[in-house]
Amino acid sequence: MSDIWVVIVTLGIGTFAVRFAFLGLVGGRALPGWLLRPLRFAPVAILPALVAPMIVHPAATDGALDPARLIAACVALAVGAVFRNVLAAIGSGMVALYVGLWVLG
Amino acid sequence: MVRSGPRGAFFKGVRDALPFLLVIVPFGILFGVVAREAGWDVAQILGMSVLVIAGASQFTALQLMQEGAPTFIVVLTALAVNLRHAIYSVSLAAHVGAAPLWQRALIAYGTVDNTYASAMAEYSRAPARPLTEKVSYFGGVTVFTYLVWYGATLAGALIGSGLPAGLALDFAVPITFIALVAPALRSLPQVAAAGVAVVASLALGGLPFSFGVLIAGALAMIAGALVEIWMERRA
Repeated sequence: MSDIWVVIVTLGIGTFAVRFAFLGLVGGRALPGWLLRPLRFAPVAILPALVAPMIVHPAATDGALDPARLIAACVALAVGAVFRNVLAAIGSGMVALYVGLWVLG
Repeated sequence: MVRSGPRGAFFKGVRDALPFLLVIVPFGILFGVVAREAGWDVAQILGMSVLVIAGASQFTALQLMQEGAPTFIVVLTALAVNLRHAIYSVSLAAHVGAAPLWQRALIAYGTVDNTYASAMAEYSRAPARPLTEKVSYFGGVTVFTYLVWYGATLAGALIGSGLPAGLALDFAVPITFIALVAPALRSLPQVAAAGVAVVASLALGGLPFSFGVLIAGALAMIAGALVEIWMERRA
């Protein structure tokens, strides 16, 4: 699968370009606000867009809604939002998943 | 105990990066394990951690490739996850923008959430530090953080194939994404962006090549910005 290496190298170059763009080339000049403002929302925009179909249509159940996985996702979201702790959210979500899979079969 | 000079600044950076172990080690191992399960070989896994060094972005690319999305969609979407690094780049430039080009290139390579957060905290604590010390501090944080990240993904890749299927690791990826986003949902505009992203992504799920994710993400960024503007006008 040489596709994997193509992704790795282009993503590596692209990510470096994003990181280097302003520090290396633009210097201290400020970006226009209309561009800067939406950019700040990138993480809370792209990741939920990516994750929503994975929650609602899990590959492991051939796309059928799975209560155990849905509950696990809600637990991770709640713990992460309340305690603002990434590891606690991952841990509680996976524990909820195992309990859910065990109880609900 | 404040040692001065670039050497002292470097080791202060290393010390300040120590707590990151708790986050980077499990996260890196998880990436290695999940990528191994997806059929990647150890060189590919380590290669990605060295060239891309961005956990969320790496998981994004891995996930989309498993869904069979075409290469350009994989790269575009994974890059979109990293757009925040452009913001980091802008604000770092204010502190180390006068460094030689090769140092700025290394700093760019070293720019991730953790290193950026440490550096900005340090620079605001001691704004008058000489440029060489600011650069050395960044170097200390980065060298430590990155070596741990490479090592953790390598460890995960080596463990990977040995884990039982009952661990339901397929779902570790979405859980990790949720865990990364949830703490960031601090204000109405951020919640609005995330909400629009979820609804639009599900609505556009029928589009080929996972195009829906990219469009939903763009709509969500605009939604977040608009809600923020609206709140500022009301205030």
